[in-house]
Amino acid sequence: MIARACFGKAGRLLRKDGAAASLFLAPSLTGFAVFYIIPFAMGFVYSFQDSTIGGSFVGLHNYEALQASASFRKAAVNSLMFTGVCVPLLIVLSLWLAHVLNQKLFIRNWLQSAFVLPLAVPVASVVMIWQILFDWNGILNEWLNSFHVERMDWMKSDWSIGVLAVVYIWKNIGYNMVLFLAGLQSIPKDYYETADIEGAGKFHKWIHITLVYLTPTMFFVVLMSIINSFKVFRETYLIAGDYPHDRIYMLQHFMNNMFLSLDIQKLTAAAVLMVACILLFVSVMLVIERRFRSFMD
Amino acid sequence: MRGLALFRKLTLTLVMGVIAAAMLFPIAVTFTNSLMTEDEIGYNYHLIGKMADIGAGEKDGFINLKLLPDWISFRQYAEVLVHKPKFLHMFWNSVFLVVPIIAGQVLVASLAAYAFAKLRFWGREKLFVVYLMTMLMPFQVTLVPNYMIADKLGLMNSNSAIILPGIFSAFGVFMLRQFMAHIPYLYIEAAKMDGAGHLRIFYRVIVPLVKPGIAALVVLLFADNWNMVEQPLIFLEEAMKQPLSLYLSRINEGARGVAFAASVVYMAPMVMLFLYAESYLVEGIQLSGIKG
Repeated sequence: MIARACFGKAGRLLRKDGAAASLFLAPSLTGFAVFYIIPFAMGFVYSFQDSTIGGSFVGLHNYEALQASASFRKAAVNSLMFTGVCVPLLIVLSLWLAHVLNQKLFIRNWLQSAFVLPLAVPVASVVMIWQILFDWNGILNEWLNSFHVERMDWMKSDWSIGVLAVVYIWKNIGYNMVLFLAGLQSIPKDYYETADIEGAGKFHKWIHITLVYLTPTMFFVVLMSIINSFKVFRETYLIAGDYPHDRIYMLQHFMNNMFLSLDIQKLTAAAVLMVACILLFVSVMLVIERRFRSFMD
Repeated sequence: MRGLALFRKLTLTLVMGVIAAAMLFPIAVTFTNSLMTEDEIGYNYHLIGKMADIGAGEKDGFINLKLLPDWISFRQYAEVLVHKPKFLHMFWNSVFLVVPIIAGQVLVASLAAYAFAKLRFWGREKLFVVYLMTMLMPFQVTLVPNYMIADKLGLMNSNSAIILPGIFSAFGVFMLRQFMAHIPYLYIEAAKMDGAGHLRIFYRVIVPLVKPGIAALVVLLFADNWNMVEQPLIFLEEAMKQPLSLYLSRINEGARGVAFAASVVYMAPMVMLFLYAESYLVEGIQLSGIKG
Protein backbone atom coordinates (compact mmCIF):
# COMPACT_ATOMS: atom_id res chain seq x y z
CA MET A 1 0.00 0.00 0.00
CA ILE A 2 2.66 2.41 1.07
CA ALA A 3 4.70 1.28 -1.88
CA ARG A 4 1.92 2.40 -4.16
CA ALA A 5 1.50 5.68 -2.32
CA CYS A 6 5.19 6.39 -2.79
CA PHE A 7 5.01 5.45 -6.40
CA GLY A 8 2.22 7.97 -6.86
CA LYS A 9 4.56 10.84 -6.11
CA ALA A 10 6.27 9.79 -9.32
CA GLY A 11 8.71 12.02 -11.15
CA ARG A 12 10.79 13.75 -8.54
CA LEU A 13 11.14 10.71 -6.30
CA LEU A 14 11.93 8.47 -9.24
CA ARG A 15 14.84 10.61 -10.32
CA LYS A 16 16.07 10.94 -6.76
CA ASP A 17 16.10 7.16 -6.37
CA GLY A 18 17.76 6.83 -9.75
CA ALA A 19 20.91 8.56 -8.53
CA ALA A 20 21.09 6.43 -5.37
CA ALA A 21 20.26 3.29 -7.33
CA SER A 22 23.11 3.80 -9.75
CA LEU A 23 25.53 4.07 -6.81
CA PHE A 24 24.21 0.92 -5.15
CA LEU A 25 24.19 -0.97 -8.42
CA ALA A 26 27.54 0.23 -9.76
CA PRO A 27 29.84 -2.44 -8.25
CA SER A 28 27.52 -5.30 -9.09
CA LEU A 29 26.65 -4.05 -12.54
CA THR A 30 30.29 -3.46 -13.52
CA GLY A 31 31.35 -6.97 -12.63
CA PHE A 32 28.18 -8.46 -13.98
CA ALA A 33 28.76 -6.75 -17.32
CA VAL A 34 32.43 -7.76 -17.55
CA PHE A 35 31.98 -11.39 -16.52
CA TYR A 36 28.47 -12.20 -17.78
CA ILE A 37 26.89 -9.77 -20.23
CA ILE A 38 29.92 -8.96 -22.38
CA PRO A 39 31.07 -12.61 -22.57
CA PHE A 40 27.61 -13.60 -23.61
CA ALA A 41 27.41 -10.94 -26.31
CA MET A 42 30.87 -11.94 -27.54
CA GLY A 43 29.84 -15.58 -27.68
CA PHE A 44 26.78 -14.65 -29.65
CA VAL A 45 28.86 -12.79 -32.23
CA TYR A 46 31.48 -15.57 -32.43
CA SER A 47 28.81 -18.10 -33.21
CA PHE A 48 28.33 -16.37 -36.58
CA GLN A 49 32.03 -15.99 -37.40
CA ASP A 50 34.68 -18.35 -38.71
CA SER A 51 37.34 -17.32 -36.20
CA THR A 52 37.41 -15.51 -32.87
CA ILE A 53 40.22 -13.16 -33.91
CA GLY A 54 39.49 -11.04 -36.97
CA GLY A 55 36.88 -13.53 -38.10
CA SER A 56 34.46 -12.82 -40.89
CA PHE A 57 30.74 -13.34 -40.90
CA VAL A 58 29.74 -16.80 -42.08
CA GLY A 59 26.02 -16.73 -41.38
CA LEU A 60 24.60 -19.96 -40.08
CA HIS A 61 27.55 -22.06 -41.17
CA ASN A 62 28.61 -22.91 -37.60
CA TYR A 63 25.09 -23.99 -36.77
CA GLU A 64 25.00 -26.26 -39.80
CA ALA A 65 28.30 -27.80 -38.79
CA LEU A 66 26.92 -28.27 -35.30
CA GLN A 67 23.79 -29.89 -36.66
CA ALA A 68 25.92 -32.34 -38.60
CA SER A 69 27.95 -33.30 -35.55
CA ALA A 70 26.82 -36.63 -34.18
CA SER A 71 28.30 -35.99 -30.74
CA PHE A 72 26.36 -32.73 -30.46
CA ARG A 73 23.10 -34.45 -31.31
CA LYS A 74 23.85 -37.15 -28.81
CA ALA A 75 24.69 -34.59 -26.11
CA ALA A 76 21.61 -32.49 -26.84
CA VAL A 77 19.30 -35.49 -26.71
CA ASN A 78 20.87 -36.70 -23.47
CA SER A 79 20.62 -33.30 -21.80
CA LEU A 80 17.01 -32.88 -22.87
CA MET A 81 16.19 -36.39 -21.74
CA PHE A 82 17.85 -35.93 -18.40
CA THR A 83 16.22 -32.58 -17.66
CA GLY A 84 12.88 -33.65 -19.14
CA VAL A 85 12.63 -36.83 -17.09
CA CYS A 86 14.48 -36.00 -13.89
CA VAL A 87 13.01 -32.57 -13.20
CA PRO A 88 9.38 -33.81 -13.16
CA LEU A 89 10.44 -36.90 -11.22
CA LEU A 90 12.26 -34.81 -8.64
CA ILE A 91 9.30 -32.47 -8.31
CA VAL A 92 6.79 -35.28 -7.78
CA LEU A 93 8.99 -36.98 -5.19
CA SER A 94 9.79 -33.82 -3.28
CA LEU A 95 6.15 -32.75 -3.30
CA TRP A 96 5.21 -36.13 -1.86
CA LEU A 97 7.88 -35.81 0.85
CA ALA A 98 6.68 -32.33 1.72
CA HIS A 99 3.08 -33.52 1.83
CA VAL A 100 3.91 -36.32 4.27
CA LEU A 101 6.24 -34.17 6.33
CA ASN A 102 3.47 -31.59 6.65
CA GLN A 103 1.38 -34.07 8.65
CA LYS A 104 1.66 -35.06 12.29
CA LEU A 105 4.88 -37.01 12.71
CA PHE A 106 7.36 -37.89 15.41
CA ILE A 107 10.88 -36.40 15.14
CA ARG A 108 9.74 -34.15 12.31
CA ASN A 109 12.62 -31.70 12.55
CA TRP A 110 15.16 -34.52 12.55
CA LEU A 111 13.60 -35.98 9.43
CA GLN A 112 13.65 -32.62 7.70
CA SER A 113 17.32 -32.13 8.54
CA ALA A 114 18.14 -35.55 7.15
CA PHE A 115 16.48 -34.73 3.84
CA VAL A 116 18.21 -31.36 3.48
CA LEU A 117 21.67 -32.46 4.62
CA PRO A 118 22.80 -33.93 1.24
CA LEU A 119 22.57 -30.39 -0.14
CA ALA A 120 25.55 -29.57 2.05
CA VAL A 121 27.61 -32.63 1.20
CA PRO A 122 30.14 -32.11 -1.60
CA VAL A 123 29.73 -34.79 -4.22
CA ALA A 124 33.44 -35.44 -4.47
CA SER A 125 33.37 -36.74 -0.92
CA VAL A 126 30.79 -39.44 -1.59
CA VAL A 127 32.11 -40.58 -4.96
CA MET A 128 33.62 -43.61 -3.26
CA ILE A 129 30.20 -44.65 -2.00
CA TRP A 130 28.65 -44.37 -5.46
CA GLN A 131 31.45 -46.58 -6.74
CA ILE A 132 30.88 -49.14 -4.03
CA LEU A 133 27.17 -49.19 -4.83
CA PHE A 134 27.27 -49.25 -8.62
CA ASP A 135 30.54 -51.01 -9.44
CA TRP A 136 30.72 -54.29 -11.41
CA ASN A 137 31.44 -55.98 -8.10
CA GLY A 138 29.26 -53.50 -6.27
CA ILE A 139 26.54 -53.77 -3.69
CA LEU A 140 23.66 -53.25 -6.09
CA ASN A 141 24.87 -56.15 -8.23
CA GLU A 142 25.35 -58.31 -5.19
CA TRP A 143 21.84 -57.54 -4.06
CA LEU A 144 20.35 -58.20 -7.51
CA ASN A 145 22.39 -61.36 -7.74
CA SER A 146 20.44 -62.80 -4.83
CA PHE A 147 17.37 -62.37 -7.08
CA HIS A 148 19.28 -64.11 -9.89
CA VAL A 149 19.65 -60.96 -11.98
CA GLU A 150 22.81 -60.86 -14.12
CA ARG A 151 25.37 -58.33 -12.93
CA MET A 152 26.24 -55.33 -15.06
CA ASP A 153 28.55 -52.35 -15.09
CA TRP A 154 26.00 -49.69 -14.24
CA MET A 155 28.10 -46.64 -15.11
CA LYS A 156 28.98 -48.15 -18.49
CA SER A 157 25.48 -49.14 -19.52
CA ASP A 158 22.28 -47.42 -20.58
CA TRP A 159 21.42 -47.41 -16.90
CA SER A 160 24.15 -44.85 -16.15
CA ILE A 161 21.61 -42.08 -16.65
CA GLY A 162 19.54 -43.72 -13.93
CA VAL A 163 22.50 -43.65 -11.55
CA LEU A 164 22.89 -39.98 -12.33
CA ALA A 165 19.20 -39.41 -11.67
CA VAL A 166 19.61 -41.01 -8.25
CA VAL A 167 22.52 -38.70 -7.43
CA TYR A 168 20.59 -35.66 -8.68
CA ILE A 169 17.49 -36.52 -6.66
CA TRP A 170 19.52 -37.38 -3.58
CA LYS A 171 21.18 -33.98 -3.66
CA ASN A 172 18.22 -31.77 -4.57
CA ILE A 173 15.15 -33.32 -3.02
CA GLY A 174 15.63 -31.51 0.29
CA TYR A 175 15.80 -28.07 -1.31
CA ASN A 176 12.56 -28.59 -3.21
CA MET A 177 10.88 -30.20 -0.24
CA VAL A 178 11.63 -27.18 1.92
CA LEU A 179 10.16 -24.89 -0.74
CA PHE A 180 7.01 -26.99 -1.02
CA LEU A 181 6.65 -27.13 2.75
CA ALA A 182 6.55 -23.33 2.87
CA GLY A 183 3.98 -23.36 0.09
CA LEU A 184 1.82 -25.93 1.85
CA GLN A 185 1.94 -24.09 5.14
CA SER A 186 0.88 -20.84 3.50
CA ILE A 187 -2.46 -22.29 2.39
CA PRO A 188 -5.12 -21.12 4.87
CA LYS A 189 -6.64 -24.00 6.87
CA ASP A 190 -10.21 -22.70 6.48
CA TYR A 191 -10.13 -23.51 2.76
CA TYR A 192 -9.91 -27.17 3.69
CA GLU A 193 -12.52 -26.80 6.42
CA THR A 194 -14.97 -25.18 4.00
CA ALA A 195 -14.32 -27.97 1.52
CA ASP A 196 -14.94 -30.52 4.28
CA ILE A 197 -18.30 -28.96 5.08
CA GLU A 198 -19.22 -29.09 1.42
CA GLY A 199 -18.28 -32.77 1.48
CA ALA A 200 -15.31 -32.66 -0.89
CA GLY A 201 -13.20 -35.81 -1.10
CA LYS A 202 -9.48 -36.01 -0.35
CA PHE A 203 -8.46 -36.18 -3.97
CA HIS A 204 -10.75 -33.31 -4.89
CA LYS A 205 -9.29 -31.12 -2.15
CA TRP A 206 -5.79 -31.95 -3.29
CA ILE A 207 -6.43 -30.95 -6.89
CA HIS A 208 -8.62 -27.92 -6.27
CA ILE A 209 -7.00 -26.41 -3.21
CA THR A 210 -3.49 -27.72 -2.63
CA LEU A 211 -2.24 -27.83 -6.20
CA VAL A 212 -3.85 -24.52 -7.17
CA TYR A 213 -2.34 -22.64 -4.24
CA LEU A 214 1.01 -24.33 -4.73
CA THR A 215 1.30 -23.10 -8.31
CA PRO A 216 3.42 -19.99 -7.54
CA THR A 217 5.82 -22.18 -5.53
CA MET A 218 5.78 -24.67 -8.37
CA PHE A 219 7.12 -22.12 -10.87
CA PHE A 220 10.06 -21.38 -8.64
CA VAL A 221 10.73 -25.05 -7.93
CA VAL A 222 10.74 -25.85 -11.64
CA LEU A 223 13.26 -23.09 -12.33
CA MET A 224 15.57 -24.12 -9.51
CA SER A 225 15.32 -27.77 -10.48
CA ILE A 226 16.35 -26.97 -14.04
CA ILE A 227 19.31 -24.89 -12.86
CA ASN A 228 20.36 -27.75 -10.63
CA SER A 229 19.86 -30.33 -13.37
CA PHE A 230 22.61 -28.53 -15.32
CA LYS A 231 24.86 -28.75 -12.30
CA VAL A 232 24.68 -32.52 -12.39
CA PHE A 233 27.56 -32.26 -14.83
CA ARG A 234 29.87 -31.98 -11.83
CA GLU A 235 28.71 -35.29 -10.48
CA THR A 236 29.02 -36.91 -13.88
CA TYR A 237 32.49 -35.53 -14.29
CA LEU A 238 33.65 -36.66 -10.87
CA ILE A 239 32.20 -40.14 -11.26
CA ALA A 240 32.85 -40.78 -14.94
CA GLY A 241 35.47 -38.30 -16.20
CA ASP A 242 35.82 -36.49 -19.55
CA TYR A 243 34.37 -39.16 -21.78
CA PRO A 244 31.64 -41.02 -19.92
CA HIS A 245 29.29 -43.63 -21.35
CA ASP A 246 27.24 -42.43 -24.34
CA ARG A 247 24.08 -42.22 -22.28
CA ILE A 248 25.43 -39.57 -19.93
CA TYR A 249 27.43 -37.52 -22.40
CA MET A 250 25.81 -34.14 -21.73
CA LEU A 251 25.90 -30.81 -23.55
CA GLN A 252 28.40 -29.62 -20.96
CA HIS A 253 30.75 -32.48 -21.83
CA PHE A 254 30.38 -31.56 -25.46
CA MET A 255 31.14 -27.91 -24.81
CA ASN A 256 34.07 -28.72 -22.53
CA ASN A 257 35.55 -31.05 -25.11
CA MET A 258 35.02 -28.55 -27.92
CA PHE A 259 36.86 -26.05 -25.78
CA LEU A 260 39.77 -28.40 -25.21
CA SER A 261 39.96 -29.24 -28.90
CA LEU A 262 39.72 -25.50 -29.68
CA ASP A 263 36.63 -25.89 -31.85
CA ILE A 264 35.33 -22.51 -30.71
CA GLN A 265 32.78 -22.15 -33.52
CA LYS A 266 30.83 -25.24 -32.58
CA LEU A 267 31.10 -24.40 -28.90
CA THR A 268 29.67 -20.91 -29.23
CA ALA A 269 26.94 -22.07 -31.58
CA ALA A 270 25.97 -24.80 -29.12
CA ALA A 271 25.97 -22.27 -26.29
CA VAL A 272 23.72 -19.87 -28.19
CA LEU A 273 21.30 -22.68 -29.04
CA MET A 274 21.20 -23.80 -25.44
CA VAL A 275 20.54 -20.26 -24.22
CA ALA A 276 17.82 -19.82 -26.83
CA CYS A 277 16.09 -22.94 -25.55
CA ILE A 278 16.36 -21.81 -21.94
CA LEU A 279 15.05 -18.34 -22.80
CA LEU A 280 12.15 -19.79 -24.72
CA PHE A 281 11.25 -22.07 -21.87
CA VAL A 282 11.49 -19.35 -19.21
CA SER A 283 9.42 -16.93 -21.30
CA VAL A 284 6.69 -19.52 -21.69
CA MET A 285 6.79 -20.11 -17.93
CA LEU A 286 6.54 -16.38 -17.21
CA VAL A 287 3.57 -15.99 -19.56
CA ILE A 288 1.77 -18.91 -17.94
CA GLU A 289 2.54 -17.50 -14.51
CA ARG A 290 1.13 -14.11 -15.44
CA ARG A 291 -2.03 -15.74 -16.82
CA PHE A 292 -2.33 -17.76 -13.65
CA ARG A 293 -1.95 -14.75 -11.39
CA SER A 294 -4.57 -12.72 -13.20
CA PHE A 295 -6.83 -15.76 -13.02
CA MET A 296 -6.31 -15.97 -9.24
CA ASP A 297 -7.03 -12.30 -8.60
CA MET B 1 -10.10 -43.07 16.78
CA ARG B 2 -7.18 -41.87 18.89
CA GLY B 3 -5.51 -45.21 18.44
CA LEU B 4 -5.92 -45.06 14.70
CA ALA B 5 -4.39 -41.58 14.53
CA LEU B 6 -1.46 -42.71 16.62
CA PHE B 7 -0.97 -45.75 14.42
CA ARG B 8 -1.00 -43.55 11.33
CA LYS B 9 1.51 -41.18 12.87
CA LEU B 10 3.79 -44.06 13.79
CA THR B 11 3.60 -45.65 10.34
CA LEU B 12 4.31 -42.38 8.55
CA THR B 13 7.23 -41.66 10.85
CA LEU B 14 8.60 -45.12 10.17
CA VAL B 15 8.31 -44.75 6.38
CA MET B 16 9.95 -41.33 6.48
CA GLY B 17 12.60 -42.65 8.83
CA VAL B 18 13.56 -45.37 6.38
CA ILE B 19 13.83 -42.85 3.53
CA ALA B 20 15.85 -40.49 5.73
CA ALA B 21 18.19 -43.33 6.65
CA ALA B 22 18.70 -44.09 2.97
CA MET B 23 19.52 -40.43 2.33
CA LEU B 24 22.05 -40.38 5.16
CA PHE B 25 23.54 -43.73 4.21
CA PRO B 26 26.34 -42.44 1.93
CA ILE B 27 27.39 -39.87 4.52
CA ALA B 28 27.29 -42.28 7.44
CA VAL B 29 29.20 -45.00 5.61
CA THR B 30 31.87 -42.53 4.56
CA PHE B 31 32.30 -41.58 8.18
CA THR B 32 32.42 -45.10 9.65
CA ASN B 33 34.80 -46.27 6.94
CA SER B 34 37.11 -43.38 7.69
CA LEU B 35 37.82 -45.07 11.03
CA MET B 36 39.10 -48.28 9.45
CA THR B 37 42.74 -49.18 8.99
CA GLU B 38 44.18 -49.09 5.50
CA ASP B 39 44.47 -52.88 5.57
CA GLU B 40 40.80 -53.26 6.32
CA ILE B 41 39.87 -50.87 3.51
CA GLY B 42 42.16 -52.72 1.14
CA TYR B 43 40.66 -56.05 2.11
CA ASN B 44 37.07 -54.86 1.75
CA TYR B 45 37.29 -52.79 -1.40
CA HIS B 46 40.12 -54.21 -3.49
CA LEU B 47 37.56 -55.45 -6.02
CA ILE B 48 36.42 -51.95 -7.05
CA GLY B 49 36.89 -51.45 -10.76
CA LYS B 50 38.12 -55.00 -11.34
CA MET B 51 36.65 -57.50 -13.72
CA ALA B 52 37.50 -61.16 -13.44
CA ASP B 53 39.36 -62.70 -16.34
CA ILE B 54 37.00 -65.59 -16.98
CA GLY B 55 39.41 -67.09 -19.52
CA ALA B 56 42.06 -67.40 -16.83
CA GLY B 57 39.61 -69.22 -14.64
CA GLU B 58 38.95 -66.29 -12.31
CA LYS B 59 35.58 -65.73 -10.75
CA ASP B 60 33.83 -62.48 -10.04
CA GLY B 61 33.38 -61.61 -6.41
CA PHE B 62 31.62 -58.83 -4.63
CA ILE B 63 32.81 -55.81 -2.74
CA ASN B 64 32.53 -56.35 0.94
CA LEU B 65 30.71 -53.26 2.16
CA LYS B 66 31.40 -52.94 5.81
CA LEU B 67 29.40 -50.57 7.94
CA LEU B 68 31.43 -50.72 11.12
CA PRO B 69 35.20 -51.01 11.45
CA ASP B 70 36.72 -54.03 13.20
CA TRP B 71 38.46 -51.65 15.49
CA ILE B 72 38.56 -47.90 15.49
CA SER B 73 41.69 -46.36 14.10
CA PHE B 74 42.63 -42.78 13.35
CA ARG B 75 45.46 -43.81 11.07
CA GLN B 76 43.65 -42.55 7.97
CA TYR B 77 43.31 -39.11 9.52
CA ALA B 78 46.92 -39.08 10.59
CA GLU B 79 47.90 -40.05 7.07
CA VAL B 80 45.76 -37.36 5.47
CA LEU B 81 46.38 -34.52 7.89
CA VAL B 82 50.01 -35.12 8.85
CA HIS B 83 51.78 -37.35 6.36
CA LYS B 84 50.26 -36.00 3.15
CA PRO B 85 51.08 -32.28 3.05
CA LYS B 86 49.56 -32.11 -0.42
CA PHE B 87 46.12 -32.81 0.94
CA LEU B 88 46.17 -29.91 3.38
CA HIS B 89 47.61 -27.72 0.66
CA MET B 90 44.61 -28.48 -1.55
CA PHE B 91 42.31 -27.92 1.38
CA TRP B 92 43.65 -24.39 1.80
CA ASN B 93 43.40 -23.88 -1.97
CA SER B 94 39.68 -24.51 -1.64
CA VAL B 95 39.42 -22.14 1.32
CA PHE B 96 41.22 -19.35 -0.51
CA LEU B 97 38.87 -19.72 -3.45
CA VAL B 98 35.64 -19.97 -1.51
CA VAL B 99 36.06 -17.36 1.22
CA PRO B 100 36.75 -14.37 -1.09
CA ILE B 101 33.85 -15.38 -3.32
CA ILE B 102 31.46 -15.45 -0.38
CA ALA B 103 32.71 -12.24 1.21
CA GLY B 104 32.73 -10.40 -2.11
CA GLN B 105 29.36 -11.60 -3.23
CA VAL B 106 27.64 -10.83 0.06
CA LEU B 107 28.94 -7.25 -0.11
CA VAL B 108 28.30 -6.55 -3.77
CA ALA B 109 25.01 -8.42 -3.94
CA SER B 110 23.48 -6.86 -0.85
CA LEU B 111 24.09 -3.37 -2.25
CA ALA B 112 22.56 -4.29 -5.60
CA ALA B 113 19.68 -6.14 -3.95
CA TYR B 114 18.78 -3.00 -2.03
CA ALA B 115 18.52 -1.07 -5.27
CA PHE B 116 16.35 -3.77 -6.83
CA ALA B 117 14.11 -4.18 -3.80
CA LYS B 118 13.66 -0.69 -2.43
CA LEU B 119 14.71 1.93 -4.94
CA ARG B 120 12.73 2.97 -7.97
CA PHE B 121 14.62 3.54 -11.16
CA TRP B 122 14.09 3.23 -14.84
CA GLY B 123 14.34 -0.31 -16.21
CA ARG B 124 14.41 -1.96 -12.81
CA GLU B 125 12.26 -4.98 -13.66
CA LYS B 126 13.95 -5.58 -17.00
CA LEU B 127 17.42 -5.45 -15.54
CA PHE B 128 16.40 -7.86 -12.82
CA VAL B 129 15.12 -10.32 -15.41
CA VAL B 130 18.51 -10.13 -17.15
CA TYR B 131 20.17 -11.03 -13.84
CA LEU B 132 17.75 -13.91 -13.42
CA MET B 133 18.45 -15.26 -16.88
CA THR B 134 22.18 -15.54 -16.27
CA MET B 135 21.43 -17.67 -13.23
CA LEU B 136 19.97 -20.26 -15.55
CA MET B 137 22.98 -20.46 -17.84
CA PRO B 138 25.42 -23.28 -17.26
CA PHE B 139 29.06 -22.27 -16.87
CA GLN B 140 30.03 -23.64 -20.30
CA VAL B 141 27.81 -21.20 -22.16
CA THR B 142 30.21 -18.30 -21.73
CA LEU B 143 33.31 -20.43 -21.51
CA VAL B 144 35.18 -19.05 -24.52
CA PRO B 145 34.60 -15.34 -24.01
CA ASN B 146 35.20 -15.73 -20.27
CA TYR B 147 38.48 -17.39 -21.04
CA MET B 148 39.43 -14.57 -23.40
CA ILE B 149 38.47 -11.92 -20.87
CA ALA B 150 40.44 -13.65 -18.13
CA ASP B 151 43.35 -13.82 -20.53
CA LYS B 152 43.05 -10.13 -21.40
CA LEU B 153 42.89 -9.12 -17.74
CA GLY B 154 45.93 -11.29 -17.04
CA LEU B 155 44.01 -13.58 -14.73
CA MET B 156 44.88 -16.92 -16.30
CA ASN B 157 46.13 -19.58 -13.94
CA SER B 158 45.40 -17.35 -10.95
CA ASN B 159 42.65 -17.67 -8.40
CA SER B 160 41.16 -14.34 -9.50
CA ALA B 161 39.97 -15.93 -12.73
CA ILE B 162 37.58 -17.96 -10.60
CA ILE B 163 36.97 -15.56 -7.72
CA LEU B 164 35.92 -12.50 -9.73
CA PRO B 165 33.19 -14.16 -11.81
CA GLY B 166 32.14 -15.94 -8.62
CA ILE B 167 31.66 -12.66 -6.78
CA PHE B 168 29.46 -11.18 -9.48
CA SER B 169 27.17 -14.13 -10.10
CA ALA B 170 23.52 -13.16 -9.95
CA PHE B 171 22.42 -15.62 -7.30
CA GLY B 172 23.16 -13.41 -4.29
CA VAL B 173 21.40 -10.42 -5.82
CA PHE B 174 18.36 -12.56 -6.50
CA MET B 175 18.18 -14.12 -3.08
CA LEU B 176 18.78 -10.96 -1.04
CA ARG B 177 16.32 -9.00 -3.15
CA GLN B 178 13.64 -11.53 -2.25
CA PHE B 179 14.45 -10.98 1.42
CA MET B 180 14.53 -7.20 1.22
CA ALA B 181 11.28 -7.05 -0.72
CA HIS B 182 9.53 -8.29 2.44
CA ILE B 183 10.71 -5.35 4.52
CA PRO B 184 7.89 -2.81 4.78
CA TYR B 185 8.51 0.59 3.20
CA LEU B 186 7.33 2.00 6.50
CA TYR B 187 10.76 1.34 8.05
CA ILE B 188 12.51 3.16 5.27
CA GLU B 189 10.10 6.07 5.37
CA ALA B 190 10.60 6.36 9.12
CA ALA B 191 14.38 6.38 8.73
CA LYS B 192 14.07 9.01 6.01
CA MET B 193 11.94 11.07 8.34
CA ASP B 194 14.83 10.99 10.81
CA GLY B 195 17.04 12.36 8.09
CA ALA B 196 18.91 9.20 7.15
CA GLY B 197 20.32 8.84 3.63
CA HIS B 198 20.14 5.66 1.60
CA LEU B 199 23.55 4.41 2.71
CA ARG B 200 22.62 4.89 6.34
CA ILE B 201 19.24 3.22 5.80
CA PHE B 202 21.04 0.36 4.11
CA TYR B 203 23.42 -0.52 6.90
CA ARG B 204 21.33 0.60 9.87
CA VAL B 205 17.91 -0.73 8.82
CA ILE B 206 18.18 -3.15 5.94
CA VAL B 207 21.29 -5.16 6.76
CA PRO B 208 20.24 -6.03 10.34
CA LEU B 209 16.84 -7.13 9.05
CA VAL B 210 18.18 -9.42 6.32
CA LYS B 211 20.81 -11.14 8.45
CA PRO B 212 18.99 -14.49 8.15
CA GLY B 213 19.02 -14.03 4.38
CA ILE B 214 22.74 -13.32 4.38
CA ALA B 215 23.34 -16.40 6.54
CA ALA B 216 21.34 -18.53 4.12
CA LEU B 217 23.22 -17.07 1.17
CA VAL B 218 26.57 -17.83 2.83
CA VAL B 219 25.59 -21.47 3.33
CA LEU B 220 24.33 -21.90 -0.22
CA LEU B 221 27.36 -20.16 -1.74
CA PHE B 222 29.65 -22.26 0.40
CA ALA B 223 27.91 -25.47 -0.67
CA ASP B 224 28.05 -24.49 -4.31
CA ASN B 225 31.63 -23.24 -4.45
CA TRP B 226 33.24 -25.72 -2.09
CA ASN B 227 32.10 -28.25 -4.65
CA MET B 228 33.33 -26.40 -7.75
CA VAL B 229 34.60 -28.48 -10.62
CA GLU B 230 34.25 -26.72 -13.96
CA GLN B 231 36.05 -23.45 -13.22
CA PRO B 232 39.33 -24.86 -11.84
CA LEU B 233 39.42 -27.40 -14.68
CA ILE B 234 39.56 -24.57 -17.20
CA PHE B 235 41.29 -21.73 -15.41
CA LEU B 236 43.87 -23.42 -13.21
CA GLU B 237 46.35 -25.44 -15.20
CA GLU B 238 48.79 -26.00 -12.37
CA ALA B 239 47.82 -29.08 -10.39
CA MET B 240 49.12 -27.56 -7.16
CA LYS B 241 46.64 -24.69 -7.42
CA GLN B 242 43.56 -26.84 -7.79
CA PRO B 243 40.99 -27.16 -5.05
CA LEU B 244 40.20 -30.25 -3.05
CA SER B 245 37.16 -31.18 -5.12
CA LEU B 246 39.31 -32.11 -8.11
CA TYR B 247 42.13 -33.58 -6.08
CA LEU B 248 39.78 -35.84 -4.19
CA SER B 249 38.34 -37.44 -7.30
CA ARG B 250 41.90 -38.47 -8.20
CA ILE B 251 42.99 -39.58 -4.75
CA ASN B 252 40.15 -42.11 -4.84
CA GLU B 253 41.98 -44.10 -7.48
CA GLY B 254 45.48 -44.24 -6.09
CA ALA B 255 45.08 -43.93 -2.35
CA ARG B 256 41.85 -45.68 -1.55
CA GLY B 257 43.11 -46.44 1.93
CA VAL B 258 42.78 -42.81 2.98
CA ALA B 259 40.02 -41.65 0.67
CA PHE B 260 37.33 -41.93 3.34
CA ALA B 261 39.14 -39.79 5.88
CA ALA B 262 39.99 -37.31 3.15
CA SER B 263 36.30 -37.17 2.24
CA VAL B 264 35.28 -36.61 5.84
CA VAL B 265 37.78 -33.77 6.27
CA TYR B 266 36.53 -32.31 3.01
CA MET B 267 32.85 -32.38 3.94
CA ALA B 268 33.33 -31.44 7.60
CA PRO B 269 33.37 -27.62 7.27
CA MET B 270 30.33 -27.72 5.04
CA VAL B 271 28.37 -30.07 7.27
CA MET B 272 29.24 -28.11 10.40
CA LEU B 273 28.19 -24.85 8.77
CA PHE B 274 24.97 -26.53 7.72
CA LEU B 275 24.16 -27.82 11.19
CA TYR B 276 24.95 -24.42 12.68
CA ALA B 277 22.87 -22.38 10.24
CA GLU B 278 20.20 -24.87 9.22
CA SER B 279 17.25 -22.84 10.44
CA TYR B 280 18.49 -19.77 8.54
CA LEU B 281 19.06 -21.89 5.48
CA VAL B 282 15.55 -23.31 5.53
CA GLU B 283 14.04 -19.89 6.14
CA GLY B 284 16.24 -18.44 3.41
CA ILE B 285 15.26 -21.01 0.84
CA GLN B 286 11.60 -20.61 1.71
CA LEU B 287 11.58 -16.82 1.55
CA SER B 288 13.40 -16.83 -1.77
CA GLY B 289 10.55 -18.90 -3.20
CA ILE B 290 7.87 -16.42 -2.22
CA LYS B 291 7.10 -13.65 -4.62
CA GLY B 292 8.39 -10.40 -3.16
